[in-house]
Amino acid sequence: MLHLKKSAPLALGIALLAGTSAMAQQRTLNYYADFDPIPLAAFEALIADFEAANPDIDVVLQNFDHEGYKTAIRNFLTTDAPDLANWYAGNRMAPFVNSGQFMDVSDVWADNGLDESLGSAIASMTIDGKQWGVPYTYYQWGIYFNKTAYEQVGAEVPTTYDEFVANCELFAAADIDCLTTGTSALWPGAGIFDYLNLRTNGYEYHMALTSGDVAWTDDGVRETFAQWARIQPYITENHAAIDWQDAATLLVQGRAANYVMGNFAVGVFKDGGMTDETLGFMPFPTINPDVARAEEAPTDTIHIPAGATNVEDAKTFLAFVAQADVQTKLNEALGQLPINSGSTVGSDPFITAGFELLSTTPGGIAQFFDRDAPAEMAKLGMEGFQEFMVIPDNLDDILARLEQARERIYQ
Amino acid sequence: MSVTSSETRQRSWWRSNQQWLTPWLFLTPGMIMFALYVVWPIFESFRISFYDWDGLGEAQWLGWANYQELFKDRAFKTSLKNNVIWLVLYMLAVPMGLGIAIFLNQTVRGIRIYKSLFFFPFVISQVVVGLMFSWFYAPNFGLLYKLTEFLTGKGIAVLADPDLVTYGIIAAGLWPQIAYCMILYLTGLNNVAPDQIEAARLDGAKGFKMLWYVILPQLRPATFIAVVVTVIGALRSFDLVSIMTNGGPFGSSRVLSYYMYEQALSEYGYRMGYGAAIAVILFLIMMVFISGFIWKMVRDERGVN
Repeated sequence: MLHLKKSAPLALGIALLAGTSAMAQQRTLNYYADFDPIPLAAFEALIADFEAANPDIDVVLQNFDHEGYKTAIRNFLTTDAPDLANWYAGNRMAPFVNSGQFMDVSDVWADNGLDESLGSAIASMTIDGKQWGVPYTYYQWGIYFNKTAYEQVGAEVPTTYDEFVANCELFAAADIDCLTTGTSALWPGAGIFDYLNLRTNGYEYHMALTSGDVAWTDDGVRETFAQWARIQPYITENHAAIDWQDAATLLVQGRAANYVMGNFAVGVFKDGGMTDETLGFMPFPTINPDVARAEEAPTDTIHIPAGATNVEDAKTFLAFVAQADVQTKLNEALGQLPINSGSTVGSDPFITAGFELLSTTPGGIAQFFDRDAPAEMAKLGMEGFQEFMVIPDNLDDILARLEQARERIYQ
Repeated sequence: MSVTSSETRQRSWWRSNQQWLTPWLFLTPGMIMFALYVVWPIFESFRISFYDWDGLGEAQWLGWANYQELFKDRAFKTSLKNNVIWLVLYMLAVPMGLGIAIFLNQTVRGIRIYKSLFFFPFVISQVVVGLMFSWFYAPNFGLLYKLTEFLTGKGIAVLADPDLVTYGIIAAGLWPQIAYCMILYLTGLNNVAPDQIEAARLDGAKGFKMLWYVILPQLRPATFIAVVVTVIGALRSFDLVSIMTNGGPFGSSRVLSYYMYEQALSEYGYRMGYGAAIAVILFLIMMVFISGFIWKMVRDERGVN
C-alpha cells in the first residue's frame, strides 16, 4: 500500500524534475499530509503558489489516507522523516514534542512576527515555552439544526439550555430526535461533553480537567453530567452503532433536529440536499449565565520533523503558509477559518457565523477533547461519554473509572 | 597433484557428511525466517512487556507493573470474557459444518453448484463479511433492524447493544467458519470406506447410530483439523471486531487481540509495553491449545508406528 502510494509522487517528482531540468538546481521539500479531496485541491493550489514564489524549491506532496495517517506518522517520523508533516495542535502533538520528533520552530514565529498575527493560536502551539509548528486553519463547532423540523413543531431557536430542553419535548412529541449523534467512532460524543462542560463550568475548569488537575469525581463534572442527563432521553437511540455521516443523514431527512458538530459537516449536509435556507447554525446555548462563553475550534497544523533533511526550505514554507493573504486564499478553498488576524473570511454564511462566534469569544477557545487531553485519557473519556449516553445509570461507575485513570496517566 | 588430493578430501568430507547435512541445509532458510519473524518477536514482546514505552521515546523499566495493572483492568476482563465466549460459540461451526456436509454429500443434479454456493462465504474476505453483517445489523436501515421493527414494533440494533454485540459478531464469524468446516468434512466423507458402511447396514445400523459409531470415527482426522482451525480462528478474531464495531460500544465487544492493537498501535494507543503484556497473555492462552494439539499429534504418530 505504502509503496504504491509512494511511487506516485516519486514519479511526479521525476517528471517535474525532468520538465524543469533547464532550471538551476532545484531543492526538494518532502511533505506528508492526510488531506481529504477538497483540502487536497486547496493545498495543491497553495503549493503551486509557493513554487511560483520560490522557483528553486520543489514541494513533493505525499498524501495519506486520513485515518491511516494517524498511525503511519509514528513510523515515518522515526524511520523516514519528511521535511514537513501535518498534525494537530494542543496535547495531540505532545507525544511527538516530548520524544523529540518535532523540531522547535520558535525562530519562524519570531522572525515573521507570528506571535502577533497568529496570536489566537499561540497557546495551543506552545509546549515548554517554544512553538512546535504553524497552524493554517481552524473551524468552529456548534449546533447545526434542521430549520424545517423547527417549523414543523413550532419551536423557537433556543438561546438558553432550558429552552433547548423544552424544545426537545416538542420534537419528541413529533417523533423527531431532538439531538442526533453517531458515536461509533467515539469522538462526536466528546463534542457534546466539551460544550456542556464549557457552558457549565467554563474554559478554565475545562482546561484544568483535560490537563488532569481536576478530579473526574468533582462536583463540577457531576453537574455537567446532570445537565447531560436532561437531554439524554432525546438523543438518537443506537447512536453507538451509527457513523457521524449516517447521523448527518438523519438531520438531512428531518428525523433529527439538532446535531453538535464541527463546520466540516456542512459539506455533508449540503451533499444530502440541505441549503442555506433549511440548514441552520447556532452557538451551543447558555447553561450557566455566570460563565463566560467559550468555544471549541480545533486547529490543524504543519510541523517540521526532527529528522527533516531540508530544514531551511521547510521553514520558508511554514512562513509562507502563515502569511495573511495565503491563509485567506487557502481557507476560502477549504471552507474554513484562517488563523492569521490579517486574513479575511469568505462570504459563506456558516463561515461568517463561525468567524463572528470565535472572534467575539470572551471565555477562551478549546481545541477538542482528544486534542486537549492526552491520548489515553481521551480514549477512556470518550468511551465513558458513549457509555453514559447509552446507560446513564452507570455514571458513578464511569466517573470512578475515569478518576482512577487520571491518577495513573498524569502522575 | 596436491590440488587433486585436497579436492578428493573435500569431496569425501561432503560425501561422508551429506546424509545428515542435507536436511539441515534445506531447513536453514525456513528456520532463519522462523527465528527472525516468529521466535525473536515472541521474546521481544516478553521484554517490552516489562517496560513503559510509547514507541517513540525512551523506554522505562517497570517490572511486573503492566501485568499488575492488567489484572485490575476491567477492559482486559471484558476482552478475556469475550474471548471465552468466542471460543465456546465458535465451536458450533464444527457440528454445523458436519451437518451441512452430510446433507450435501449426495448425488443429485447440480450438487456441485450447491456445494460451491455453501462454500462461497469462506472465499470472500473477512472484511467483506464484516461489512455485510454490519449493514444487516445497521440501525434505521438494516435488514434485521427492519425485520424486528416489523415484528415487535421496536427495532433491535445488535451492534449498539453492549449485551448483544459480541454474539452478533460471532454470528458473522460463524458464517464463513461453518463453510470451512463443511469443506473439511466433505473431503473426509469422500474417504469413508464404503465396505464398512455396507457391513454396518447388514448389521442393521442406520440413522444416528450409523453416524456416531461408523461414520464419525472415520472422520476423526477431519474433526481434528476442524477443531484446530476453529480454535485458532476464535482466538485471533480481530478483523471482524475491527470492521464491525472497533471494539465498541464502549469496549463491550473487545477481544484480547483487538485490545492489544488498541493499546499499542491504534490512533490513541501509545502504550507498547501494556500492549505487549496483553500479547504475552494471549500467547500463553494459545500455548495451552497449541501444546495440546502438538501432544495429540505426537501421540497419534507414535500410535501409528
